[in-house]
Amino acid sequence: MTTVTRTFGDYGGRYVPETLIPALDELESAWEQLRDDDAFKAELRELQATYAGRPTPITRAARFAPDRRVYLKREDLMHTGAHKLNNALGQVLIAQRLGKQRIIAETGAGQHGVATATVCARFGLECIVYMGSEDMRRQAPNVERMRLLGAEVRAVEFGTKTLKEATSEAIRDWIANVETTHYVIGSCVGPAPYPELVRELQRVIGREARAQILEVEGRLPDAVVACVGGGSNAIGMFYDFIPDEGVRLIGVEAAGAASLGTGRGGVLHGARSSLLADADGQIMDAHSISAGLDYPGVGPEHAWLRDSGRAEYVPCTDEEALASFHRLCETEGIVPALESSHALARALDCDAELVLVCLSGRGDKDLAEVFRREGRGE
Amino acid sequence: MSRKTLVVYLMAMPDTPELVEAAVGAGADAIEVGFPFSDPLADGPVIRRAGERALAAGMRVGRCLEVLAQIRERVDVPLIPMTYASIYDAYGWAELEREARSAGATSFIVPDLPTDVRTDFKRIQMVAPTSTDERLRLAADATDGWLYLVTVTGTTGARAALAPTLAPLAERSRRVTDAPLYAGFGISTGEHARAAAELVDGVAVGTRAVEAAEDGPRALATLVADLRSGLDA
Repeated sequence: MTTVTRTFGDYGGRYVPETLIPALDELESAWEQLRDDDAFKAELRELQATYAGRPTPITRAARFAPDRRVYLKREDLMHTGAHKLNNALGQVLIAQRLGKQRIIAETGAGQHGVATATVCARFGLECIVYMGSEDMRRQAPNVERMRLLGAEVRAVEFGTKTLKEATSEAIRDWIANVETTHYVIGSCVGPAPYPELVRELQRVIGREARAQILEVEGRLPDAVVACVGGGSNAIGMFYDFIPDEGVRLIGVEAAGAASLGTGRGGVLHGARSSLLADADGQIMDAHSISAGLDYPGVGPEHAWLRDSGRAEYVPCTDEEALASFHRLCETEGIVPALESSHALARALDCDAELVLVCLSGRGDKDLAEVFRREGRGE
Repeated sequence: MSRKTLVVYLMAMPDTPELVEAAVGAGADAIEVGFPFSDPLADGPVIRRAGERALAAGMRVGRCLEVLAQIRERVDVPLIPMTYASIYDAYGWAELEREARSAGATSFIVPDLPTDVRTDFKRIQMVAPTSTDERLRLAADATDGWLYLVTVTGTTGARAALAPTLAPLAERSRRVTDAPLYAGFGISTGEHARAAAELVDGVAVGTRAVEAAEDGPRALATLVADLRSGLDA
C-alpha cells in the first residue's frame, strides 16, 4: 500500500478512466520514492536558489495597512512572477526521472502555463498548454510569453472557455498520450497523487514564511491569509501552520467562484471535492474578474480543512479585489495579481493584528483587463 | 461460433425511445443510454456536444430515468445507463442504481470510476491498452457480465481504422478471464466491426451512432444494419 495521501476525509480519490490508472500508479510510486530522495531534494533546492529566486522575502506593508501589522510573502518576486514555478519545477524534475519527454499543462490566468513553459524551455522538453479562449483574451501577455518560451498554446473553445474546460482538455490529451506524456497539473486538484504532490512542492512558501515572521516579529502571526482558486498557494502557505493552533488560516475565494463557501460535494477532474454544482451533480459556471480564481472546484484538502474547522474560507467580490489591487499599487509600489488582491482585501479587514498574507503573484498580466474594466483602454 | 453482440450507445433525449426501437429492429443487442454530464472526461467532441445538447434540452437525471422507462416499454434488450461519478455522487449511489433498475436498467457503466473504487457497486468494468495484467484480472473478476475493452488510449470518437492495440489487449484479457469481451471506442463502420469480431465477442458503437441518430431513426437503422452485417460476416 502506498504512503501517499489519496483521500482527505470524504474528499480526493481517483475518479478517472481506467486508461490513466497505471500512469497515476507510476507517478505515485516515483513521488513516494523521490520525496525522501536526497539527490532529488538537492537538485530541486539548487534550482530554487539559482534559477527560481528562492527564498522570497516577506515585506511589511505599513502604508497599505496602517492600523495593523501586515506582511506580504513575496511569491510575486519569483522568476515568472508567481508561486506556480515551485510546482512546475518539481513536477518537471519528476517527469524527467519518469522518462517523459512531452509535457502538457492547463492554465487559467496563464501563470501556470508560463511557469511550465519556462521549465520546459530550461530542460528542452516539448510543452503544450491548454487555455480557454476567454482566458487567452483576458491574459493575452501570458499567451505571448508562453509562445516566446517555445510552448504551443491550444485554445479551448467550448463550454465556459476558461480553466474548467482547459483542465478537461488537458486530461483528455493525457488519456490519449499517457505513455509519452506527463501532465503538470497546476493546482492541488486532480486525482491522487496530485493533491499531495502539489502541496508538498508548494509547502516551501509557508515553511519559509513561518521562519521569516518568527525572525522579525518573534512570534507567529494571528492569521495567515491566501487566495483560493484551486488552492495551491493557499495549501502551500497554510500547511506548516496547521499544527500552530493559535494561527487562523483564512482562504479567500472569489465571491462568484466560492466552491468552499457555497459549494456542495461532487466529482470534477478526477477528485471528489466541494464544487459549484447543482443538485444533479452538473458542474456550474464560476465567475470572477480573476482568471486564476475562475474555477468551480477546489483542492480536496481544502474541503477537508473547512469541514474540520482548521481553516476558514471567506468570499471577496471583484470590486473589493480591484480596490485592494489599486491600494497596494499606490501605497507600497507593488502591483499584485488580481488573484492575490482577493487575499489582500481580507488581510485588511479580518479580525487580526499580525497578518501574514501570500502575495501569490504579480499583476503585470492583469493590467489590460483592469484598464478595460475601468474604461481606461486605448 | 456464437453470434457476436452489438451494443449501441445513444444519448438520452426525448426521442431516444423511438431511436432505440429502430436500432434494435436493425440488429442491436444491447443499448447504452448516456445520461449527460457537464464535464465528460472520457468523451471526445461528438458525444461531449451531444451531452451539451441534452442538458440544454432539460435532460436532467429525473428526465433521463423517465426516458429509460419509456425505452423499456418498447424493447426487451439489456439497457445500460452510462454516466459519470458526479451524477451518482449527487443523486446517491444506491438511490440512482435502484431507480435506474426499476426503470429498466440491467447494468451500469461509469467511465470515471476505476475498478477498485466503489467495489460494492456491480457494474460493467472497463479496461484499456494501458491496463496491467493485474488490473485486467481485477476488472474481469469484478465485472457484471462482460468486460468492456477500450480499444485505444484515448477518448470516445470515430477512428479511420480499428486500433492495433485491441489485439494484444484482447489476447491478454482472454488469458485472465472467460467473460465475454466487447470492444469499444473508435469502432464506427461495418468493416471495423468485422475486424473486431475476429478478436472479441462483441462491439460497442457510440460516436458514430450518436451522429447517425441526429439524422433520425432511419439513418440510425442503416448504420446498425451495416455494423450487424460486418459482425455477422
